[in-house]
Amino acid sequence: MAADKRDKPGKTTGKQDVSARTYSQRAVLSKVLSYLRKYWGMVGMSLLLAAASVFLTLYVPILTGDAVDLLVGPGQVDFQALFVTLGKIGTAMVLSALAGWILSVCNNHITYHVVKDIREDAFHRLSELPLKYLDTHAGGDIVSRVIADVDTFADGLLMGFTQLFTGVLTILGTLVFMLAVNIPIALLVICVTPLSILAARFIAVRTYSMFQAQSRTRGEQTALIEEMISGQKIVKAFSQEKAVSRRFAGTNQRLEECSQKAVFFSSITNPVTRFVNSLVYAGVGVFGAFAAIRGVISVGRLSCFLSYANQYTRPFNEISGVVTELQNALACAARIFELIEERPQEPDRPEAYVLKDARGNVELENVYFSYTPDKKLIQDFNLKVKPGQRIAIVGPTGCGKTTVINLLMRFYDTDSGSIRVDGRNVRDITRGSLRTSYGMVLQETWLRAGTIRDNISMGKPDATQEEVEQAAKAAHAHSFIKRLPQGYDTVISEDGGSLSQGQKQLLCIARVMLCLPPMLILDEATSSIDTRTELKIQNAFAGMMEGRTSFIVAHRLSTIREADVILVMKDGNVVEQGSHETLLQRGGFYAELYNSQFAG
Amino acid sequence: MKKLFRYLSEYRKESILAPLFKLLEAAFELLVPLVMAGIIDRGISQNDWGYIAGMGACLAALALVGLAASVTAQYFAAKAAVGFSAKLRQALFDHIQSLNFTNIDRIGTSTLITRMTSDINQVQSGVNMVLRLFLRSPVIVFGSVIMAFTIDAKSALIFVVAIPLMALAVFGIMAWTMPLYRKVQTELDRVLGLTRENLTGVRVIRAFHQEQEEEGRFRARTKALTHSQTFAGKISAIMNPATYVIVNGAVIALIYTGAVQVNCGNLTQGQVVAIVNYMSQILVELVKLANLIITVTKSLACADRVAAVFDIQNPTEIRDEGLREANEAVPGAPFLEFDHVSLTYADAGAEALHDIHFRVNRGDTVGIIGGTGSGKTSLVNLIPGFYDATEGAVRLEGRDVRRMPEGELRKRIGVAPQKAALFQGTIRSNLQWGKPDATEEEMWRALSLAQAKEVAEGKEGGLDAPVSQGGKNFSGGQRQRLTVARALVGRPEILILDDSASALDYATEARLREALKTLKGETTTFLVSQRASSIRHADRIIVLDDGEMAGIGTHEELMENCGVYREIYYSQYPEERAQSPRAGKGGVGNGGR
Repeated sequence: MAADKRDKPGKTTGKQDVSARTYSQRAVLSKVLSYLRKYWGMVGMSLLLAAASVFLTLYVPILTGDAVDLLVGPGQVDFQALFVTLGKIGTAMVLSALAGWILSVCNNHITYHVVKDIREDAFHRLSELPLKYLDTHAGGDIVSRVIADVDTFADGLLMGFTQLFTGVLTILGTLVFMLAVNIPIALLVICVTPLSILAARFIAVRTYSMFQAQSRTRGEQTALIEEMISGQKIVKAFSQEKAVSRRFAGTNQRLEECSQKAVFFSSITNPVTRFVNSLVYAGVGVFGAFAAIRGVISVGRLSCFLSYANQYTRPFNEISGVVTELQNALACAARIFELIEERPQEPDRPEAYVLKDARGNVELENVYFSYTPDKKLIQDFNLKVKPGQRIAIVGPTGCGKTTVINLLMRFYDTDSGSIRVDGRNVRDITRGSLRTSYGMVLQETWLRAGTIRDNISMGKPDATQEEVEQAAKAAHAHSFIKRLPQGYDTVISEDGGSLSQGQKQLLCIARVMLCLPPMLILDEATSSIDTRTELKIQNAFAGMMEGRTSFIVAHRLSTIREADVILVMKDGNVVEQGSHETLLQRGGFYAELYNSQFAG
Repeated sequence: MKKLFRYLSEYRKESILAPLFKLLEAAFELLVPLVMAGIIDRGISQNDWGYIAGMGACLAALALVGLAASVTAQYFAAKAAVGFSAKLRQALFDHIQSLNFTNIDRIGTSTLITRMTSDINQVQSGVNMVLRLFLRSPVIVFGSVIMAFTIDAKSALIFVVAIPLMALAVFGIMAWTMPLYRKVQTELDRVLGLTRENLTGVRVIRAFHQEQEEEGRFRARTKALTHSQTFAGKISAIMNPATYVIVNGAVIALIYTGAVQVNCGNLTQGQVVAIVNYMSQILVELVKLANLIITVTKSLACADRVAAVFDIQNPTEIRDEGLREANEAVPGAPFLEFDHVSLTYADAGAEALHDIHFRVNRGDTVGIIGGTGSGKTSLVNLIPGFYDATEGAVRLEGRDVRRMPEGELRKRIGVAPQKAALFQGTIRSNLQWGKPDATEEEMWRALSLAQAKEVAEGKEGGLDAPVSQGGKNFSGGQRQRLTVARALVGRPEILILDDSASALDYATEARLREALKTLKGETTTFLVSQRASSIRHADRIIVLDDGEMAGIGTHEELMENCGVYREIYYSQYPEERAQSPRAGKGGVGNGGR
């Protein structure tokens, strides 16, 4: 079984993302232990209970043996003594069962709470990671670390707890009991058992590469599944179901072959160790019988020995299973710790200024920035914005408009040069206060799974229904929200579900309308909205922009005609800067862009 | 649930042989205590060394035969379980592919992905386990009872009482925990959803400085998850101790009755040992079973989730023979006709489209314009049958599209959807979606029509330039042009561009429009757009307002008699409003409705 659950899907997708840092198993183990520290009381209790339960479990066969020894023959049974022994068995078994149950409850508690702590730490780190990391790492890979890897780790940890302790204790306990009962036969058992471990190891080593192949193929398949299911509407639009299905069948068949091997070979372990176990049993039976003939051991003791021999190798089996499982768990844990220990963005300085009621004076001075050092993007960018001014940023796709926003919002920091808001370097302002000073509407609408109200009131969770409606009305979203089955309480699924692109954008605008921060960033904010609604929203925007510094990115030149300053960008540089009229007169790049609107 | 077994039936031979060999192994194991009893009763009491050695060899032989049987069983079990899950995965994948748009909207992507992957893996482990153990365990249990009967009927009666008790404990707890595990899986889904959401929405979350609130939400969800996990764990942890108590209680009873029998001379010591051995064999088996039952319980919960996807069916097509016969191309019928079409989405309160009625000639260019949420996309989605009209009918050459084979319909129609998504592969492989056997020349033609030639040329490798998942390595505008090319490559009779130029700058869009003009006569084109400039030269323009047709006609006609259109137009060309004779009279806001 260990075999089948060895890997969860997606674990290997995005392998290229795994950072160069790798941890030794020991390092991972010590990190896991540090998470366990919080629960040391429970861990201690778990150990004690494991010891108690193992002791009692092992003690019962001895008592049973004693009882059997009392059944000598017709008319010779000492019922008095028998009742005493049976009473002992009863007590031992009840205590053992109780200890066993509490032990399991403890182990569950520890495991799931450790897992919770780890997940929360991972999530916390996500909220601190620089966007650079998140933009360059596949989302699916991060999700699978937080979900699937943690899950596999939990399975391993739980197994480790429940079976490793008890397994080791059972082996030790059995050895002690056996040695106490009869040393030669005990030695025989001790000599044969390593066989079983060797056999298990032999198989584990052979199957490792099969499992690797299985994981790899599974990863490929998960990537395919993810892509095809999320793009399913397009698959259908092009009637590609058959072709896609064939592609899937290809990976599926390869997976089947790999899995079959891995599952089969790993499942041989059990029969093989059971075989060794049976040999031990036979050996104990024969030599025990010889010893009994010589009167060295009683029949009851022999039966007790046999019942040990029957169960003795089981812990070995379990331990070898647990070890592979634990190794797998540690590998998963390493991937989680990689994420948790990824370098976070530089934290806000303790003395950082909390920007409040910004006036909206924004200055960019000698700003240089690029995403990758070998590909220069923004160079020596200068801009002075007075409070209340409207800045329009235009230019062909990919010219760096969005990058400017990334810098203003401090999603990315400049390579050199400075950005100042109200005379303060943005690096000296807390990120939170800087960002909430901007109202941002992006082209890529993002909504969360939840009600419409939750989505609008995101920036101001304590907003009243009235305020929410007010904002929705201002964004011209109220009327379509009203028509939804449950109005503002309509639950939308992830990514907005059945809402149209334009409706989603209206909700994003309403979200900003509700907070009304002192500065605005509108990135293609109305690209999916029809012009008639846009015109109305523009009026609302115009009201909003009154007295607020605003940055507007748009293709639609009609929407930016009224800007105070138009920045015309091309290949990361500002090629022209000025008002609509002056730029038109200049007859440069802007004029060319503008005139093309009427070319059709 | 039962439906899933269908996929196992192809492995009937393996599914029968695996437990059979397990049974064989179990049978050999059951002989062991008998042999042991012989050793005690005959070997020890009669000091028969030879007999003991012989029986020892017999035990070793039994072990060897057991090993062979067991390995064979494992082989068949692995083959059946893995084969089953492969078949199941393929079937589920194909089933998901067959779902219509309404169902896709309803289910959601991320849960489908977990069901395809981790749920099916769990089911596979479950099947493997069942084949290997769930037959072995009953055989050992019942076999032990039978063997006990052969030794002593009175003692065996204790087995008869103990076994139902154990079954009750095992299956009762299983039934109790199943829904609990299902709940755990749902909670996990939620945690996953929130994590995904936070990654996709990171910019918005940070812009609103909601990091802490999000962490709070995450904590709440992991707490719920942890809670249901520990609760489920607590319950399933009862199983082991409970069976342990029952078995040992039975052992006590066995020894007592054994003692009485031995005292009367009805039983020997060795026989009592054998009976006790059978009972402890049951215990060993049950402990194993209890440990694995969690896996099985989980996998049953997962199987339910998989089966639930299979249960989602597209509405059965209309099978009325008369209608089918009537669904032949009608000579002289209009090329494409919307006949009083209305559309209401599933679970939606209001109609998305109401009483849409128009006809289109072959080769025409039709512009569709209207407000956000006015139903533009809904309208064009009816043509390839992505959604079915709830009233009225869409007819292509007189044939109701709802009753046309999907394949044929979609082959004739090329769509560039609003959301521009590409697939991992190369530019070539993406274009081949439009036409699997497209030649190099056809591809370049489509690319240059879509103004995407420079995109392909600009990338290293040209047509063979790699495309990463979702087309992430292309900008929004590049993606849009490539999706247009993909729609064009098959030279469809009908081309639908659903706002496919929104991310393009005006100059590029203008060139695209020019290029599309060359298709005139050959291709019937539907252009959905917000921009009046994109559609003003269309042969006919359909103006939608709140799901209803506010007007249809050429640009000039609509300027003349459609208030909504005028309003849209002037909102984009404010300069012309001043020159318009009607402008002063306040056409804005009250026209058209």
